[in-house]
Amino acid sequence: MAAIDIKGVGKTYVGNVNAVSDISIAIADGEFIVLVGPSGCGKSTLLRMVAGLETITDGTVSIGNRVVNQIEPAERDIAMVFQNYALYPHMSVYDNLAYGLRNRGTPKAEIDARVAEAARMLELQPYLERKPRALSGGQRQRVAMGRAIVRKPAAFLFDEPLSNLDAKLRVSMRGEIKQLQKRLGTTSIYVTHDQLEAMTLADRLVVLNGGRIEQIGAPLEVYHRPASTFVASFIGSPAMNLVKTSVASGAVSIGDGETGLRANLPNGPVTLGLRAEDLRLSESGSGMPFEIVFIEDLGAQRLLHGNCGGQSVVVAVSPDLPLPGDIRLTIATDRLHFFAAETGKRIEAASI
Amino acid sequence: MQTKRTIFSSKILPYWLILPQLAVTLIFFVWPAGQAVWQSFLREDAFGTSTEFVGLANYVAILHDPGYLNAMIVTVVFSIAVATVSIVVALVLAVAANSLLKSRSLYTTLLVWPYAVAPAVAGVLFWFMFNPTIGLIPYLLKGIGYHWDDRLNGTDAMILVVIAASWKQISYNFLFFLAGLQSIPKALIEAAAIDGAGPGKRFRDIVFPMLSPTTFFLLVVNVVYTMFDTFAVIHATTQGGPNQSTNILVYKVFTDGFIGLDLGSSSAQSVVLMVIVIALTFIQFRFVERNVQY
Repeated sequence: MAAIDIKGVGKTYVGNVNAVSDISIAIADGEFIVLVGPSGCGKSTLLRMVAGLETITDGTVSIGNRVVNQIEPAERDIAMVFQNYALYPHMSVYDNLAYGLRNRGTPKAEIDARVAEAARMLELQPYLERKPRALSGGQRQRVAMGRAIVRKPAAFLFDEPLSNLDAKLRVSMRGEIKQLQKRLGTTSIYVTHDQLEAMTLADRLVVLNGGRIEQIGAPLEVYHRPASTFVASFIGSPAMNLVKTSVASGAVSIGDGETGLRANLPNGPVTLGLRAEDLRLSESGSGMPFEIVFIEDLGAQRLLHGNCGGQSVVVAVSPDLPLPGDIRLTIATDRLHFFAAETGKRIEAASI
Repeated sequence: MQTKRTIFSSKILPYWLILPQLAVTLIFFVWPAGQAVWQSFLREDAFGTSTEFVGLANYVAILHDPGYLNAMIVTVVFSIAVATVSIVVALVLAVAANSLLKSRSLYTTLLVWPYAVAPAVAGVLFWFMFNPTIGLIPYLLKGIGYHWDDRLNGTDAMILVVIAASWKQISYNFLFFLAGLQSIPKALIEAAAIDGAGPGKRFRDIVFPMLSPTTFFLLVVNVVYTMFDTFAVIHATTQGGPNQSTNILVYKVFTDGFIGLDLGSSSAQSVVLMVIVIALTFIQFRFVERNVQY
């Protein structure tokens, strides 16, 4: 168990391709950090640098107060769970679990004990003699987890471990990973492109875009106060509506239409962020006019896709709510998010 | 696996299409093989004027012939040596080439070239290089005090034919090993690295077992190659000598039949070889397909 300190880390590939630049994250002992971002944002590269599978071009990575830049992966005291599990296909489940321990010269009795313990935790006892090809996807995933657990490493590194599983299994494995990490208290870094996985697993989220950190924070903090339009559109489902508006003497308007919303901002263009679930259908007849284009019924929720002043907006409502012919939208002023029109950065405390 | 099914409108067309292949097989394989089997039961004089049916006498004779038993031992030694040398060297080269990022395709091309050289040409090439009178290698060996003479020394002759026969086969094996190495997922090697296995241990515990189907396949193919396709190499270099020390079974079929003109014995020997090749092919189909270890 150890803290991980990532300081100013960057990765430049041959030909001056910057995959990751200037990443600093201080990870506390026992913390579950999720790196989330779209494909190509550098999250896997960052994880592989921590693991020692990629060289670090700039900055330092420390695991438990020890700078590990020049240390071999085997010596870093970490365990990694790979996307396609990377189980040794010619070894039995037992041997897969024991391989890392044998390489470190662990006594046979202790190997037996540790494998038995991990197998019990992951309910793998009936399969110890099987080869990986005789296991289902979920069982293989458990073996991959087990291989990490038996080593009792300072940190777990997860590289999109659930992306090969079907939707149902993914949800249950997600819960198991979370419980397991809580029980073992091992510092973990988890890479995913799935915002739902990120939200549910993380103690803290790190949202990456184009090799840079967009925001670090607890899941709800990131959800409620996204630092940029990128984070706003990435975290939360359905994605936050981002509407181009203009402010003239405190009044916010979309195109030519008044919204009835006010903001304490200088005159000029501004991007307004509205969560679909924060928007309400107006009962008084005032508010932003909204035309429905199509409706998605999700059972628990009904998503109204439509236009607001020529810009597409999604509204999430209860499926029982009757829809009037002429719909107008309102929103609580404390649920408004403003972002600078040019940079996409959040503008704080602007609404009145 | 998906199979494409083609429907022909004419009933005769499919037969026409397979006819050329069938004709080649029948004329150049089935007919001569049948002839060999029939002749192995006959005793004929060198001019073909008198022929006598002798049953299994030719088989009994070759199995009691010390020359034939010697040829069997020579063949086994030769096959094992060629298969070992060509597989080990090819594996080393494949691992080395696979670790390159930039120039991998260049090295691959260069290493595959020897496969395009005809066996007889390869034989002559090595015959020149190892020639005790004019060759470069005996000259260099003399420098370290070894007197090379493949015309008198049976061991030297064997080493010469093993090198000449392996050289070409290395290219073939190399290609298979390279493809095998590239099909091993990189994550497996990385997982082993994190599991504390150094490069040597990773090769022994992960890479080599994953290559075992390839290795077994190549072993069978190489043994078949050395037993049946190395005639040209032997003929161009040692011609079975000195003193029968490189006289492999397939070469003995030729010398006994076409030089000794003992067609009955030669045919019996070919039938024995045929049985061996059928057995090896059976092993290859039966086990290579099943011997996938994972």
